[in-house]
Amino acid sequence: MSIQVVNLCKRFSRVAAVDHVSLTIPDGSLMALVGPSGSGKTTLLRIIAGLEQADSGQVLLSGQDVTRAGIRERGVGFVFQHYALFRHLTVFENIAFGLQVRPAATRPSKVVIAEKVGKLLALIRLEDLAKRLPHQLSGGQRQRVALARALAVEPKVLLLDEPFGALDAKVRQELRRWLRRLHDEMHVTSVFVTHDQEEALEVADQVVVINHGTIEQQGTPEEIYHSPATPFVHHFLGNVNIFHGRIAGGYATIGELAVTAPAGWSASEEHAVAYVRPHDITLERSPGSGTSAAVVTQIHAAGPLVRIDLERSSDHQRIEAQIPRERYRELALQQGDTVYFSFQRYHIYPLRPDATTSAPQGV
Amino acid sequence: MGLFTRIHPANLISPANPRTRASHEPAWVRVALVTAGLLVIGLFLIVPLVAVFINALRDGLGTYWNAITAPDARSALWLTLITAGIAVPLNTVFGVAAAWCIGKFEFRGKRLLVTLIDLPFSVSPVVSGLVYVLLFGSQGVLGPWLRAHDIHIIFALPGIVLATTFVTFPFVARELLPVMQSSGNEEEEAAIMLGARGFTTFWRITLPKVKWGLIYGIILCNARAFGEFGAVSVVSGHVRGLTNTLPLHIEILYNDYQTAAAFAVASLLALLALVTLAIKSWIEWRAHLAAVEQQSVTHAPPGGNAP
Repeated sequence: MSIQVVNLCKRFSRVAAVDHVSLTIPDGSLMALVGPSGSGKTTLLRIIAGLEQADSGQVLLSGQDVTRAGIRERGVGFVFQHYALFRHLTVFENIAFGLQVRPAATRPSKVVIAEKVGKLLALIRLEDLAKRLPHQLSGGQRQRVALARALAVEPKVLLLDEPFGALDAKVRQELRRWLRRLHDEMHVTSVFVTHDQEEALEVADQVVVINHGTIEQQGTPEEIYHSPATPFVHHFLGNVNIFHGRIAGGYATIGELAVTAPAGWSASEEHAVAYVRPHDITLERSPGSGTSAAVVTQIHAAGPLVRIDLERSSDHQRIEAQIPRERYRELALQQGDTVYFSFQRYHIYPLRPDATTSAPQGV
Repeated sequence: MGLFTRIHPANLISPANPRTRASHEPAWVRVALVTAGLLVIGLFLIVPLVAVFINALRDGLGTYWNAITAPDARSALWLTLITAGIAVPLNTVFGVAAAWCIGKFEFRGKRLLVTLIDLPFSVSPVVSGLVYVLLFGSQGVLGPWLRAHDIHIIFALPGIVLATTFVTFPFVARELLPVMQSSGNEEEEAAIMLGARGFTTFWRITLPKVKWGLIYGIILCNARAFGEFGAVSVVSGHVRGLTNTLPLHIEILYNDYQTAAAFAVASLLALLALVTLAIKSWIEWRAHLAAVEQQSVTHAPPGGNAP
């Protein structure tokens, strides 16, 4: 079932949580809504579920307007951030709940319910724990029960609010992959909310980046990561260094680097910012064209890439670089050494007054 | 012994709170405070209770038995039970509805409602009794109309029930409200997302969560309904054998210089109170047990076929 959101608005007192959002989620896709906390992504999800009412705009499921429809008529499954398992019911009873509360006419028989719950328990690999109460389960197990409970009523759409937010890193990794596989098997249109960009990029087919209640960018993980549409997206999806410069006469000058300004920019002088990811910075022992001098302040050698903290000699700006381990050995860097850095890749954005608010400061 | 008393509390406390040792007071302070506490409890709680039973049995078991089986005493007991039997269920239904509505929803006038629920706590029972007399009494606002239709409220059972209900109004709601508020809305939302209707959600999800708080509130409400004196005294008219509840009957006996009989009936009320307290402790113990069970790994068979 496809989901369509048209010009949706929702305010909480004075704050616009969702601000004229329009979005189409194709049938069978797995979409991530990602953004910082307070960006309105959870509100958007809750409006789609029917748990919140929009102030204006429409929600369409399979082209049908459900904006004013009750929760029960939507056929939407929801997985809550803190699982919201029924604490006084066993795992079995939790999963069976949605089937048991159906009106007598459509309620399956006890045998059918037991069979169905059994299948779901097998799916989440918790057959042995059917009689446990929620508090006797680990976080990851609870999350799986919450998912099975939502799937038991065969929703046409599955919505997940920060599904892995409360789990530790390793369990989160496993569950992410498991969710991905599950989705590939079941093909139920799914939307999950997360503040973790890595999670969004790894799990989803489509990523929507939300900030201040508006959509910054929508696209595949690859598009979002490699061609961020706005400074915010750039900053949000991974660490980034920000360099201030200016554009004049068709050229952008960022420090020692002068490049042709992207087409369509005004010829008049304008402030600009360049966004450079740490792994797009190259380090040399000797100066070259377009390089700037910097001093190594710290070296973090744990992990596949070596992280080097630099301080630019001209203005003491702090810069983070990541270089491959072999390169690090070649350079034989020490704390206090002077190095020369340049950029392999960068994105330049004009710094307009309205952009200053959304452009993140610092590194 | 000395070894045990010193090691045992330390073992209990130190892992969770290493600062406890630093906040230990010298021995004489501890002894003095504990003694003072015990003295106060003994003087104001234990001694009066014991005195009730001693005085009740002062003239022997025969007098005691006669006092509590006298027709007036029996009718007073009966009236007290009926009054509580009406007031407590009424307040239970009201308390659950109020706590549910205040704890789970946002609406205009919520604060006012909470304040109104607390009103019976802050108003003197005598005043609330008087209000009913002024409303329903023969000289009251509705008096002529009630007389014309031959409806008796004041100096009759309805007045006593009304006064008792008013005074015991807040107990269930007050006990439930914090439990309702702290248990959050997520499970209810989850139930609704799974297709449950409002009543099903309340019955199967909300009520089990607040079960212990509800029972506790009912018990407190009941204890107060048994013992209410002031408001009932104003509206009852003290008609012996008709509109006297147990507390009123005790007062009458006492004023008639039938001290032993008064204390005998009082001991009945004290016994009711003790039983109530015992049930309350038992429930607290059960609730505690349920909470401990939440931590342990043992578990009951799935409900449905559980006894």
